[in-house]
Amino acid sequence: MKARIVVTLKSGVLDPQGKAIEGALKSIGVANIASVRQGKVFDIELDTADGEATQRALHEACEKLLANTIIEDYAIWHD
Amino acid sequence: MTKALQAAVLLFPGSNREKDVARAITQATGQAPSFVWHDERSLPPGTDLVVLPGGFSYGDYLRCGAIAARARIMDSVRDHAERGGLVLGICNGFQILCESGLLPGVLLRNSDQRFICKFQALRVENAATRFTSAYKKNQVIHVAIAHGEGNYFVDAETTAELNISGRIAFRYCDGFGRADQRANPNGSIEDIAGVFSKNFNILGLMPHPENLIDALTGGEDGLGLFASLADSR
Repeated sequence: MKARIVVTLKSGVLDPQGKAIEGALKSIGVANIASVRQGKVFDIELDTADGEATQRALHEACEKLLANTIIEDYAIWHD
Repeated sequence: MTKALQAAVLLFPGSNREKDVARAITQATGQAPSFVWHDERSLPPGTDLVVLPGGFSYGDYLRCGAIAARARIMDSVRDHAERGGLVLGICNGFQILCESGLLPGVLLRNSDQRFICKFQALRVENAATRFTSAYKKNQVIHVAIAHGEGNYFVDAETTAELNISGRIAFRYCDGFGRADQRANPNGSIEDIAGVFSKNFNILGLMPHPENLIDALTGGEDGLGLFASLADSR
């Protein structure tokens, strides 16, 4: 099974990289950019087809390593 | 005569300040520390102090300190800390302690996005601990900072708790001891440069006191931290 995890900074946590990118997009004249937050994407392959086992593994991966839940949220998609 | 403080310096792939801190410990205690590889299952018997040195463990991949915080040796460090053993994390070591949950909060990217390498004044906020007893409260010391992710962040509730219980070890300040936004190099909340654990047996700080132990190379203001530890036995 294939999965994608997206980790983003919680709202309220300052994201200087996102701010810099936002500024750059505006400065090169891209229209209608209101704000930018930068995050991380993890594409993961699992060696199981079981949906429940997949969910469990991905949640554990996020909680134990991929996200620091003090400052980050995560979202999980899988096949 | 009491036995000298036994220190163990942890080594992760990418640690690079281990020799600096070893020199500071040797100078203050008269006893060289041992080095412990991250994949070991235990600390040397009789270890009093565990040091997580500065550097770029695992190339700062994922988040600074995140992967090192899950290394095998960290289980032993956690046991050591639970028994009341001393733990010191400097720079990347502070990041690792935060990522491992041994200290509260997290170190974010510096607010101006730049890696900072310079001299910095610090104010000693609590001199009544085993890490800081050689200093005086509100003393201003000059040490080096060198980091890209030193912007300390915790929620408001924890910040209040740190203040009330005296768990803020050092604040960034100017040469007169004024801690404010102008003296704060990296955006850290309340100008915090270092914090203690609840039981004051763990200290994490971003600055490098281990590099200020000799008048010939910039000053001796960092030696107090190691002298305090040497006296704590």
